[in-house]
Amino acid sequence: MTLAVGVTKRLGPGFTLDVALSAPPGITMLFGASGSGKTTLLRCIAGLTRPDTGRIAIGDRTLFDAKNEVDVPVQDRHVGYVFQQAALFPHMSLRENIGYGLNRLVADERQTRIAATAESFRISDILDRRPAQVSGGERQRAALARALVTEPSLLLLDEPLSALDHAIQSRIMDDLRRVNEARRIPMIYVTHSHREVYALGIQAVVIDNGGVIARGTPHEVLDRPEQSVLANLAGFENVFDATVVERRERAGTMECRIDGTDTELEVPLNSSAVGASIRVAIRAGDILVGSEEPRGLSARNVLRGRLAALTAHGPTMVAAVDAGARFIVHLTPTGVEALNLQPGDHVWLIVKTYSCRIVADTPWHS
Amino acid sequence: MMDWQAIALTARLAAIVSVILLIISLPLAHWLTFSRRRWSFLVESIVSLPLVLPPTVLGFYLLMSMGTRSPLGRWWSEWTGHSLAFTFEGLVIASVLYSLPFAVQPVAAAFAQIDPSLREASATLGASAFRTFARVTLPLSIEGVIAGLVLSFAHTVGEFGVVLMVGGNLPGITRTVSISIYDHVQALEYGQANQTALVLLAFSMLVLMAVYGLRRRPWAAAPIT
Repeated sequence: MTLAVGVTKRLGPGFTLDVALSAPPGITMLFGASGSGKTTLLRCIAGLTRPDTGRIAIGDRTLFDAKNEVDVPVQDRHVGYVFQQAALFPHMSLRENIGYGLNRLVADERQTRIAATAESFRISDILDRRPAQVSGGERQRAALARALVTEPSLLLLDEPLSALDHAIQSRIMDDLRRVNEARRIPMIYVTHSHREVYALGIQAVVIDNGGVIARGTPHEVLDRPEQSVLANLAGFENVFDATVVERRERAGTMECRIDGTDTELEVPLNSSAVGASIRVAIRAGDILVGSEEPRGLSARNVLRGRLAALTAHGPTMVAAVDAGARFIVHLTPTGVEALNLQPGDHVWLIVKTYSCRIVADTPWHS
Repeated sequence: MMDWQAIALTARLAAIVSVILLIISLPLAHWLTFSRRRWSFLVESIVSLPLVLPPTVLGFYLLMSMGTRSPLGRWWSEWTGHSLAFTFEGLVIASVLYSLPFAVQPVAAAFAQIDPSLREASATLGASAFRTFARVTLPLSIEGVIAGLVLSFAHTVGEFGVVLMVGGNLPGITRTVSISIYDHVQALEYGQANQTALVLLAFSMLVLMAVYGLRRRPWAAAPIT
């Protein structure tokens, strides 16, 4: 069964959620910055917020239809919802939490279902504890179990992993992939983490300022950011405003100068004329660093700069390099060691032309 | 000697009033907290009126509306055969109105403290509004409910002005402890006034200790054994 949503909801002056999307069985990632309207959309689907206009349906079951005045109450929608902070009932054990939605079943069957679901989320041993007595990851797994044990026809997840650390996130994402294979229901997963989009998504829908701005597979959506909103979201650490100085039609490239600097970059050709303003996005992981001037390279952009700062972020070394403009570069600790890099050193940055992506500016993100 | 009749009457009055207030305050506080209407402030103001109104003013209007010249008073005397003023029933009604904010406010405050996503989670799991109230809202605000119950009991015990206006001073019917103290003082019986006053003082202290002692989180992190 497929979820079909087309709704509008006015959220404030000049800010209206206006989204149409369909979600087939499987995980659809709803991706966007905070305040973009993605949680509101989820709440509309669950029935926690009433849209102004539009229609929401799962298969041929209509949940909301403004025109025909259909508005199925939350408790009758049979939609699973996993909240950001788990929202487990603090005065109940995990067992009571998971069994909460099964009150219409006889006791025996209820206990069987609780046990089976707890088993699949690896929380069988802690079922008699209260939420305050288990870890954040266990709480979120219990919340998933509580939502899924009722066998909903749709699962909505509102940034369920954002409060957890990476290792625990990965394990719960494995759980979700397993659930996804076992039950063919649409799952809408709201996140602002591109890591989660790549790890889980079959389909990604990007929301900004209340509207859908891109959709496709995670790679289609996040690797070709046509809009700078997306570039920021998708982990392009370097975004520069630049001016086109020369077009090389035959080579399929053009030269641009980063505004306010003398630094020039060769970027892929697009339709911008000489003198036009463009925005260039480069991933920090796509830039190479040399401690001496490199020769015999195919890469066209070799920039001389000075290492301004070097900080460790988990397993990644983040280097800030002044090369006219400030570039952010990701390195491995062994790479830093091999080059014996120290802040203040002169370095060369190597950027392939096709690592430079031209992104359009969007009016609300200047 | 101690005015045991007044003490028994006061205890009976306060117990009945607290139970009635509990029944009224749960839905009222629920409505005030969760269904924010544009005019809910009006209801809030009316409920809180006894906090600022002089008891004699409230008592005066209650007395007027209980008299046979008002529709309510007429209806009551046709139905029961006697007037509402200067009766125990009249005292109960007056006390309920007078102590209403003391019952509603702690309950409403406790309801408002509950994380909204807990009530939403309950609804998404198929629970009706009543089941959400009984299984989530009420258990998570039980301290506020008990505080409201205790405060309405204590406030009813201590009231004076409204009782005097509506109930008068009929031994065994409307003479409460605070009226009895007033009587003793009027009669220059300071020793007896003091005895009864000490009982009220000790009672009030116990009540406050119970209310503040309840401010704990029984399900915070204590291991279940």
